[in-house]
Amino acid sequence: MNFDFADQAPKLMMLLWGLVAFAVVVGGLIVLLDAVPAFFARHREAQLVAASVSGSPPPRRTKPREGLFALFFLLPTVLLLLIGLVVPAVRTTLLSFMDSGSQNWVGLDNYRWMFAEDAIVRVLLNTLVWVTLVPLVATAMGLLYAVLVDKARLESLAKSLIFMPLAISFVGASIIWRFVYAYRDEDQEQIGLLNQIVVSLGGAPRQWLLDSPLNTLLLIVIMVWIQAGFAMVVLSAAIKAIPADIVEAARLDGVNPWQMFRQITLPSIRPALIVVVVTISIATLKVFDIVRTATNGNYDTSVIANEMYNQAFRYGENGQGSALAVFLFVLVVPIVIFQIRNLRRQRREG
Amino acid sequence: MTTTTPPAAIGTQATEPRSTRAARVGRRLNSRIATLVAIVIAIVWTIPTFGLFVSSLRPEAEIKTTGWWNFFSNPEFTLENYQDVLFGQSSSSGQLANYFINSLVITLPSVLFPLAFASLAAYALAWMNFRGRDWVYIGIFALQIVPLQMALVPLLSFFSRGLSLGGVTLMPAWNLDGAQNFAQVWFAHTCFALPFAVFLLHNFMSQLPKDLMEAARVDGASHPRIFRTIVLPLIAPALAAFGIFQFLWVWNDLLVALIFAGGSEVTAPLTVRLAELAGTRGNEWQRLTAGAFVSIVVPLLVFLSLQRYFVRGLLTGSVKG
Repeated sequence: MNFDFADQAPKLMMLLWGLVAFAVVVGGLIVLLDAVPAFFARHREAQLVAASVSGSPPPRRTKPREGLFALFFLLPTVLLLLIGLVVPAVRTTLLSFMDSGSQNWVGLDNYRWMFAEDAIVRVLLNTLVWVTLVPLVATAMGLLYAVLVDKARLESLAKSLIFMPLAISFVGASIIWRFVYAYRDEDQEQIGLLNQIVVSLGGAPRQWLLDSPLNTLLLIVIMVWIQAGFAMVVLSAAIKAIPADIVEAARLDGVNPWQMFRQITLPSIRPALIVVVVTISIATLKVFDIVRTATNGNYDTSVIANEMYNQAFRYGENGQGSALAVFLFVLVVPIVIFQIRNLRRQRREG
Repeated sequence: MTTTTPPAAIGTQATEPRSTRAARVGRRLNSRIATLVAIVIAIVWTIPTFGLFVSSLRPEAEIKTTGWWNFFSNPEFTLENYQDVLFGQSSSSGQLANYFINSLVITLPSVLFPLAFASLAAYALAWMNFRGRDWVYIGIFALQIVPLQMALVPLLSFFSRGLSLGGVTLMPAWNLDGAQNFAQVWFAHTCFALPFAVFLLHNFMSQLPKDLMEAARVDGASHPRIFRTIVLPLIAPALAAFGIFQFLWVWNDLLVALIFAGGSEVTAPLTVRLAELAGTRGNEWQRLTAGAFVSIVVPLLVFLSLQRYFVRGLLTGSVKG
């Protein structure tokens, strides 16, 4: 056995330090917040006593200093966000206008490179395919399944089955599906399910992950497999929230299930649908793990997040990597604005 | 309708308008098809995981030469793959037990820190009055949309070179080595989690009854006291929801770990090791199948036992950064 607890000791020590730091920081903050107001209260009492003894008018009561308190409540969060997100995001934006070593300004060169290099254009196109297909298919599957199992027997078990992939890491999911796509020579027995199906239907086995553009679609299947569960859960909750009397009234009118779906269900769950599509779109734009684990971005399957990692952390091209990150951000913004507008409209109507 | 329906049967028949046999048969057929389609989807969704699981229990020679479905006609069962992948001697075998500990060490503080900081911040934003409160909230809310890719390059250089603004050092270089690198990963995960955490917890906290808060204030309770004794117990479900969310996120994350934990066996988590195995030993299925399951089992257990809270968290409607 190669597993020695002595090797793990420094890590566990580190974990212990981490937990101690947590206890000290959080506990300290809370104690501080408790002690300070108590001190002020005592101080004021003393002042009052002194004032009543000497007969002079009592000091004016100072306003409760909520601002000061709030500062301490907010301090850790705001500080961490500044150091960890705000400043880095601004810096990345600046870096995207500089060369690979972040020494000289190069203007828009990195962005020009993005749209001129064939390989990168390919990456952008792949991302476009991902972000159109994944939200659509995953939401459609989730919706279909949510409608089908609604009020069915064993509903919660049926939902758990679809929902489970959400707990599996993208890396794990990619391995699961690579096994489905596994390839053996024609004269050997197939070990991958997909090729086995193809062979038993009389076809020849294929190296699924090497053929572009089919391989991108097969990677998209993995993402759909994961996200459909999310869509299903949210939409199922929305379907259950439709008032029963509306459904009952429609049934009295004798609508068939399809009409029911088109005229009652769909309009009622529109807000939930939008949330689902938007959330999945954003997650899809940032997809990285799947492409990296399944093909490492080879065979024309790379996407923006993967290329960004390669440029910045493998090739040392900080400028180009940053430009890709900024472009990713630019793609996310309109989706979010769309969602915020929708939320506002709903609130006004509601 | 009323003329054809006998009054005694109104209760049952009113809901089924002129329900002829054809309609009833049609409806039953519909529900049959619906059930069938649902079962087909459920099978398609489950079978890839199932196949991998079955494979992980088969001997190496079997996995590599025959499909996992042969297991049922020719069941050969072994735990050797797990033994090998967790504790194997050779460097190629995985040594996942090691990485499993790393994943744990990374995950625990990365869940606790954002949970504590975000609940403090969310309380201030929901129940304290100070100038600019709404602006701070909107700012934190908006940060949800910044993809973490935007922060990676500069954050890594902060760690190695420190942060200085106009010659003033705001944060010295961290200069960590070995197991100390965990701190970087904790820091990065905490920062990236905060916007969503504040958003989620603020949603729950602002829904607490106002009377309760005012009554406590009138009784002379200070904010820290209200926070500890009233608010925290009440939002326990929300804390659980975010805790599970963040746990799954950190445990399953690959990108942040790759960059801030590196690939060494001292700090890299399971996901990094698995991705590496899949890249360099993509045909060693006896290791990949068992390895994938080792990495899946903890989140799956957490998820299945706490599904209720997780779903509630999801339904708050979220945009994770």
